[in-house]
Amino acid sequence: MSTIPVSTEAQIPPRLLAPRGGLSSFLQRLRSGDEIAHLITLAFAAATVLITVLLVYELWIHSALPRQRFGWRFLVTSTWDPVFENFGALPFIFGTLVTSAVSLVLALPLGVGAAIFLAELAPPRVSQRLAFVIELLAAVPSVILGLLGIFLLVPFLRSEVEPFLKATLGFLPLFQGQIYGIGLLAASVILTIMIIPFIISISREVLLAVPVDQREAALALGATRWEATWRVVVPYAKTGIYGSIFLALARALGETMAVTMVIGNDPRISSSLFAPGYTIAAVIANEFTEATGNLYLQSLVELGLVLFLVTIIINAVARVLIVVTTRRGTGRP
Amino acid sequence: MNSRLGWRKFVNAFMLTLTGLCALLSVSVLLIVLGYLGWNGWQYLTWTFLTHLPAPVGESGGGMANAIVGSAKLLLVAAVTGIPTGLLGGIYLAEFGGRTFAFLVRYSADLLNGVPSIVMGIFAYTVVVLPMHHFSALAGGLALGVMLIPVVLRSTEDFLRAVPNPLREGALALGASKWKAIATIVIPASIRAIATGALLGLARVAGETAPLLFTSFNNQFWSHGLNQPTASLPVMIYQYAISPYADWHRQAWAAGFILLMLVLIANIGARLILSRKSPAPRG
Repeated sequence: MSTIPVSTEAQIPPRLLAPRGGLSSFLQRLRSGDEIAHLITLAFAAATVLITVLLVYELWIHSALPRQRFGWRFLVTSTWDPVFENFGALPFIFGTLVTSAVSLVLALPLGVGAAIFLAELAPPRVSQRLAFVIELLAAVPSVILGLLGIFLLVPFLRSEVEPFLKATLGFLPLFQGQIYGIGLLAASVILTIMIIPFIISISREVLLAVPVDQREAALALGATRWEATWRVVVPYAKTGIYGSIFLALARALGETMAVTMVIGNDPRISSSLFAPGYTIAAVIANEFTEATGNLYLQSLVELGLVLFLVTIIINAVARVLIVVTTRRGTGRP
Repeated sequence: MNSRLGWRKFVNAFMLTLTGLCALLSVSVLLIVLGYLGWNGWQYLTWTFLTHLPAPVGESGGGMANAIVGSAKLLLVAAVTGIPTGLLGGIYLAEFGGRTFAFLVRYSADLLNGVPSIVMGIFAYTVVVLPMHHFSALAGGLALGVMLIPVVLRSTEDFLRAVPNPLREGALALGASKWKAIATIVIPASIRAIATGALLGLARVAGETAPLLFTSFNNQFWSHGLNQPTASLPVMIYQYAISPYADWHRQAWAAGFILLMLVLIANIGARLILSRKSPAPRG
């Protein structure tokens, strides 16, 4: 019986065969280069994770001294005394929270209003152009906004805005006291300019993701354009707009240069927005190179750790909110 | 009934106008920034400014040649470290990525992207400056490089995913191995977009000041190599702006003008490139 050699196995290059488990399959893929490419890219992807872990580790290790020495007291006492090495972060936390909150109050109506205009009213062409201009505003380096803050915004606040606020709303403790120009209000206005692009561009995207039939249904029921927008479209996109607010908040909390240049850098807690203040990022920027003792330096690192933890939590919340809304919006035909 | 309708129409017109004003106000902020900076910066921009070292404190004149070169040096270090890491990581996510680990990588990238820039400065300080015992261009460049990673990584992943699957399948069907298909078909199909993403990332870190304050620090003179404190445009703008000298203020305007022009040109250029040849349709 003559046997015809059946050698299909030999003619097909091994890498085209169905994958086999185990070491031989691994070696085959290694020979064709796939496994090498996989491992190289994997290594760089892993590097990203490692850098993140290292970042947290370094911040944690280098803030050990003040954590042992002061514990939670670090966050609630307001003495910042490098000479006697007694550190409390309250004035900085206060300044950070106040400037961020005021900037949100200013940026929110402006940003959401502009986003509504861009998403609902403007013709697509105009909307895209304006959205691009607003993206450019987000790209302006913060040190340049700080420069304009010092020479344009602060004199304007000192001579026009703050006297006006004092005259009209002076009965509120927010608008009392000496007018310097620099201070919490100036920092808040600069922050407003920095976070508005984020609120506008994300809110616009979220609004555009709302299905068209939602608008059409409202209009068909006799709603005006504004009623359809305000009562139907905006509530539909609400979660995503909240997301944009959180994202903007994270930006505002961590913003350093522009704030440092106009806030006055004075660690005090004052009820007036005209008063100078200090933020966490600003004190790190100003004192890090001058910090002499270990405890002083590590206290600044601990401030960095606090800032880091707060911003990543707020960022995470923002991302979840935005993903939830855009998914719900585009998921429907 | 009629007056009710009239009221609703009034509210409609009023609120819609108001949203238009909001948009106008936001856009005009950029125009004010551009106009004021352009006016001041252009006026003070001189040849001496571009080619001379800073003058000693109190004297007028001098320029920022060392800061311009220093910024270029820092960006080079950032590009050499940040772009390959982000690029290869992005290729992993788009082409090889599993489920759990890819999620972890994406999450880390998002986290890095959200880290305040001043905290990135502390990180580079503890990792590079403390062991080396002195400020250096290397430390500043690495701080910027780490900031660049998440930007490049996510944009690379997005653009690679936008390449249609039939291209990959075609290459594999012709007998190419997977890495060959990626290297010769998938990446060339999206290289322009990926490069643009990297350029945008560089433009973003080029303006960063906070991570440089205590990593590359500053220098009134030329710095040699990567091992010395190095001047950079953003740090110079900061220090000159808060100084009491009128001449330094003028130089800060000129430096701000150069920096803003570079950032805007990169952004507008990127926009033009991306809109001219949009990567294949998504989904």
